[in-house]
Amino acid sequence: MRDEWNRRGFVVGALCGFGSLIAAGLGLPSLRYLLGAPEGSGKTEWIDAGDLADIEPDSPTELALTHRRTDGWKVLTERVSAWVVKNPDGTVTAFSPRCTHLGCAYRWAGAKHEFVCPCHASRFGINGKVLSGPAPRPLDRYEVRLEGTRVWLKPPQAPEAARS
Amino acid sequence: MIAGMVRWLDERTGLPSAIYSFLTEEIPASSGWPQVFGSVLLFLFVTQALTGFLLALNFAPTAGEAYTSLSYILRNVAGGRMIRGLHHWGASMIVVVVAIHMAQVFLYGAYKRPRETTWMVGVLLLLITLGFGLTGYLLPWDNRAYWGTVVSTQIAGQAPLAGKYVQRLMGAENGVGAVTFARFYAAHTLLLPALAFILIGIHVFLVRRHGVAADPSDGRPKRPFYPSQALKDTAAIFASFAILFALAAAVQVPLDRMADPTDSTYIPRPDWYFLFLFQSLKFFQGAAEPIGSVFLPTLAVALLFAVPFLDRGQARRIGQRTAAIGIVLVSLIGWASLTAAAVVTTPKVEAAMPALSSGRWLQLGPEELAGAGYFRQARCSTCHNLVDGEPKPGPNLAELGTIKSSDRMTAHLKNPAELNPESRMPRIELSDVQVRALTAFLLKLTPDNADAFSQAPSDPVAAAGIFVSSGCDACHKVNGSGGTLGPALNGVAARHSREWVAQHLRNPRSQTPGTAMPAFSFSDHDRDLLISYLFSLPGRQE
Repeated sequence: MRDEWNRRGFVVGALCGFGSLIAAGLGLPSLRYLLGAPEGSGKTEWIDAGDLADIEPDSPTELALTHRRTDGWKVLTERVSAWVVKNPDGTVTAFSPRCTHLGCAYRWAGAKHEFVCPCHASRFGINGKVLSGPAPRPLDRYEVRLEGTRVWLKPPQAPEAARS
Repeated sequence: MIAGMVRWLDERTGLPSAIYSFLTEEIPASSGWPQVFGSVLLFLFVTQALTGFLLALNFAPTAGEAYTSLSYILRNVAGGRMIRGLHHWGASMIVVVVAIHMAQVFLYGAYKRPRETTWMVGVLLLLITLGFGLTGYLLPWDNRAYWGTVVSTQIAGQAPLAGKYVQRLMGAENGVGAVTFARFYAAHTLLLPALAFILIGIHVFLVRRHGVAADPSDGRPKRPFYPSQALKDTAAIFASFAILFALAAAVQVPLDRMADPTDSTYIPRPDWYFLFLFQSLKFFQGAAEPIGSVFLPTLAVALLFAVPFLDRGQARRIGQRTAAIGIVLVSLIGWASLTAAAVVTTPKVEAAMPALSSGRWLQLGPEELAGAGYFRQARCSTCHNLVDGEPKPGPNLAELGTIKSSDRMTAHLKNPAELNPESRMPRIELSDVQVRALTAFLLKLTPDNADAFSQAPSDPVAAAGIFVSSGCDACHKVNGSGGTLGPALNGVAARHSREWVAQHLRNPRSQTPGTAMPAFSFSDHDRDLLISYLFSLPGRQE
């Protein structure tokens, strides 16, 4: 009787052992494949946006850019734009051209010295902060790098990335 | 409580009793290790279904894009190489285990009455397995896949009367292309899995209906499937999985260059389990070719189907089945020697097929490639890493990217102190042309392609240096960069012979009357290097 039990325990243990090793050997690579972030996905590159001399201080300028973005196995070339602001302290800020509410293209209202979205009247200051309206967060920013007088911009990896 | 749940489920579905009766099914006492292979095949089939589905999640099923998306799976997707490895080696393992399974059933005479239909469904499953192999072979859409499929569709076209229609069905009437790909993909992922699923169901049902074939001389009473045989089956499944896992983890499956229908230098080969067929075609020339390509394989399949009716003897004990043993041995020897002959007679390709990671340098422009050479020549790596490595005085070049304009980079290389007074970097002793190439290389460098640059072999790098310093790129495009006065040089290997190109370099007008190209008096060594480089270029530029 005792022998019978020991044998039974051995068989069940062996079956479970083999089973879980196979499940791990197939399951872990599968999970990694499904849930791991693909390398370089949504990656964006630095873009030469123009010369600092062409931008008036304290007056946002919309610059048109061509940038390359990886989408899975494809590299897409897209036309985008950026609102570039030359700050009084010499630094440069660049905003993504989409309102953070629903993605409409906003405009610079020079007379009022603020960005205004035509869709739902969100208003943003020259620093991108929300002044009024339904916009949930300040304007999304591009990374900026100055090289001499050239302005280099890098769009955020994914629009959602700026949200958190 | 658990017992209650089981009872509840059993009343409504009958599943627990079904599992119970499956596990306690009475099998002959003579069963043992030889009877495990059917279970192993079932497991491998499920594994192929899983890994195939996973691959499909990142796969663009159209000719051309299939290749880019597969390189994406291999290069970028987390664990993509592993999943592809499992699917690739799983396919080969299924073929091996199918052969063992059939040999076992054949040797033990397990196809005899009343199990004839089980055997015949099994032969259908063999054909489906080969169909999976044939259609799956094309899907990477690299040169290997393309040219292998060109051969197999040509063979199908040789069938008397039906050939044209078979080819049309394969979408290969006008050559292998987008239609062929779509049909192979549809067959591989829609038709064959469904057929396999149904036939495996019938096969397993028949095995259960008739029970496992017993050794008639064994008088011992039957015993249940669980635990003894269940344990053996599971152990065998585990062993097969361990082999599969090790193969997928350790042996890299190559991805060749993208399919190039103009690449006449490619020597097509089918996958290893079709090699014997490929080799046997060499015995049938001219009008006799359909005998080897169509008639004999059809006869072999027909014979396999007919095995239970050809052998009506009663003998089941393996010791009495000398004829069966002889047939298996002869088939095995025939298959092995034909395969070996095919491997031995495969001509060596001049430039060995580059594996993906080491072949990426082939995509570089000649100026960048030459720049990588000057980088080595000027010993930049004494002070700089491309990416991570042991700490060195200078910055890691691939990760830097602060200098983006070529004018500034050239100025920096010629006189480092001018741009950055604190730089301790010495001036570089290179000519203007060389500095320009080095600049092109440095600007192109990213962490992603750094290893492609550093793995470029020295011969093509030197050849690219000759190419650039002789000004070839002023008139000729290579990999998309260069002038347009002369023809692009990608694919030159398909257009001309080495001798032709050599003579063309010595005296262009002798080969192409009226050409504007000047003569180049290279040393024999340099000319050889240059031609080898040009002939190794990818065939076609998108």
